[in-house]
Amino acid sequence: MSKSLFEKVWEAHSVRKLANGQTQLLIGTHLIHEVTSPQAFGMLRDLGLKVKYPERTFATVDHIVPTLSQEEPFADPLADAMIKELAKNAEEFGVTYFDLSSGRQGIVHVVGPEQGITQPGTTIACGDSHTATHGAFGAIAFGIGTTQIRDVLATQTMAMSKLKVRRINVDGELPPGVYAKDVILHIIKLLGAKGGIGYAYEYGGSVFDNFSMEERMTVCNMSIEGGARCGYVNPDEKTFEYLKGRPYSPKDEAWDEAVERWKAIASDPDCDYDDVVNIRAEDIAPSVTWGISPDHGIFVDETIPDPAKAKTEAERESIQEALDYMKLEAGAPIKGTKIDVAFVGSCTNGRVSDFREVAKFIKGHHVVEGVKAIAVPGSQIVAHLCEKEGLADIFREAGFEWRGAGCSMCLAMNPDKLIGDQLCASSSNRNFKGRQGSPIGRTILMSPVMVAAAAITGEVSDAREVFQVADSAALAG
Amino acid sequence: MALEKILQVTGKGVYVPGSDIDTDRIIPARFMKCVTFDGLGEYLFYDVRFNEDGSEKPHPLNDPKFKEASILLSGVNFGCGSSREHAPQALYRYGIRAVIAQSFAEIFFGNCTTLGVPCVAATAEDIEALAKAIEADPATEIKVDVENGRVFFGDGQQFPVHIPDTAREALISAKWDPIGELLEGAPEVEATASQLAYLQG
Ligand code: SF4
Repeated sequence: MSKSLFEKVWEAHSVRKLANGQTQLLIGTHLIHEVTSPQAFGMLRDLGLKVKYPERTFATVDHIVPTLSQEEPFADPLADAMIKELAKNAEEFGVTYFDLSSGRQGIVHVVGPEQGITQPGTTIACGDSHTATHGAFGAIAFGIGTTQIRDVLATQTMAMSKLKVRRINVDGELPPGVYAKDVILHIIKLLGAKGGIGYAYEYGGSVFDNFSMEERMTVCNMSIEGGARCGYVNPDEKTFEYLKGRPYSPKDEAWDEAVERWKAIASDPDCDYDDVVNIRAEDIAPSVTWGISPDHGIFVDETIPDPAKAKTEAERESIQEALDYMKLEAGAPIKGTKIDVAFVGSCTNGRVSDFREVAKFIKGHHVVEGVKAIAVPGSQIVAHLCEKEGLADIFREAGFEWRGAGCSMCLAMNPDKLIGDQLCASSSNRNFKGRQGSPIGRTILMSPVMVAAAAITGEVSDAREVFQVADSAALAG
Repeated sequence: MALEKILQVTGKGVYVPGSDIDTDRIIPARFMKCVTFDGLGEYLFYDVRFNEDGSEKPHPLNDPKFKEASILLSGVNFGCGSSREHAPQALYRYGIRAVIAQSFAEIFFGNCTTLGVPCVAATAEDIEALAKAIEADPATEIKVDVENGRVFFGDGQQFPVHIPDTAREALISAKWDPIGELLEGAPEVEATASQLAYLQG
């Protein structure tokens, strides 16, 4: 019988049925970070348990690390206590820890793939909802809570109910200036922030075939914003090429065997899905959010929704609440909205290809006065590559602050925060109220190149116009 | 680990209206800088309950009428956003023992169940009716009957609620925290792992 990748991986990792009907699922790879793991280690100690497979457990530090100076001890004593706790736990329980001195530290979802820890056909769990990122490699990767972290630490398994699978095809050719970020913002807008509940999203079609691994990661990363518990792309030659030679990738004969296995794990061409959605690439344009939920998305040349035109009372209220919070005017163009801060980074768009793409355009431009622009590499390796390739200097010359690796202004558990009602053009993944550290701070999500365009003009802008993208595409072509 | 059966939860209620109340709102990220969950209850809904100077804003949880509430009522997609367990933990440590909402985000729902906090779904009308009753009389006793999927309140009023079978089973059979059962499966875990090439060698 033909099966989807999800079903194959699920079956291979199903240990047994539990009394409540859920499945005890084996988790091959467990990633941990400083924020959600200390309590789980505490529970382990209380129960007198050990980490079952310490060699399958990898830790790094990302959420709380300051990005200006990464010297320890940190100025914030709470943050310092957390990083010390992680080091202590890793040591005591024998877990590999990519710390700040390792040269391999970074956002957990950047580090896993970079190290070759993220592999096709595996199950991955991490106490962070953006674990879906790893699905770009054809892994089934779940964000979990702290009690589940305890379960995975102690048993290498967790209790879970099987998901349905929705295949999302994006076919055709993306217009110039349209990026992976626009694709996922568009998908979330179409299917809603709750549309994916109960589903794993399988992304495919020619757009995904053509995407680089980093672009696939950007899309899989935000599956959770669409309500899906995980998202993945079937592994292919690009996946293998990316993984080859990475520190934790299989080597020599084991490599060839692994590639055979990985090929076989992809969804069978004629398998059934619980749902199929087809999207035309040509219909997608550079996208931005206007509200306080990731499905509050519009194309940059559209106008801000008008609550008076809502179809239901609930929708009217929700638009009104978003507009009041965002201090935006119903029916006005989103283009031209003044911004205060521009942020390029996060596990969605903080990889080397993101900085390369922006660097292509910002040469010769400068961040406008009054806008604070920060660029934060997703890992120390990304930071290193950006320095080596001269990208960091291009950002600096253009007026960006170039920072150390971490989550930074994506959620502001570190010193990088919005102040008051500042509005941030952000390449991150969440525009919830208060997400970027100020209870009244405002976020507009967009692709890194769109963030750069906003930084340069001081307002939400169409990057295709600011950087004459169509012309440069023509030149390149 | 001996757990108790959670067949029903009784207590007083508080209504926090709104849809898509996300975990950042339930517990703002800056309060996640902690190595234990103790004390998180104080910061529940912090940014909507308190001004920057620490003074109180009008919020149902600041209203002395609802100080004793242990059952929270809310709208659609409660607990969406970040998977942080700090959110259910903050609710639990504040004293919330059950949540009635129109619907729940998945990870949040699972986290609550594992803490033994039933999350049951009801229609907007039924929640509205219950909210009116507790507004009129905050001492109204609410009973969330997990076993039979009903909520009872006031003098004989009731409505049906939905809870997925897996969560219901787990709660009523005292298996809501799965660690004991997962540990028992160790031999099967090893057997499954031995079949997976990437876990060998
Ligand atoms: S970058 Fe943002 S979304 Fe990603 S792991 Fe860090 S805080 Fe979470």
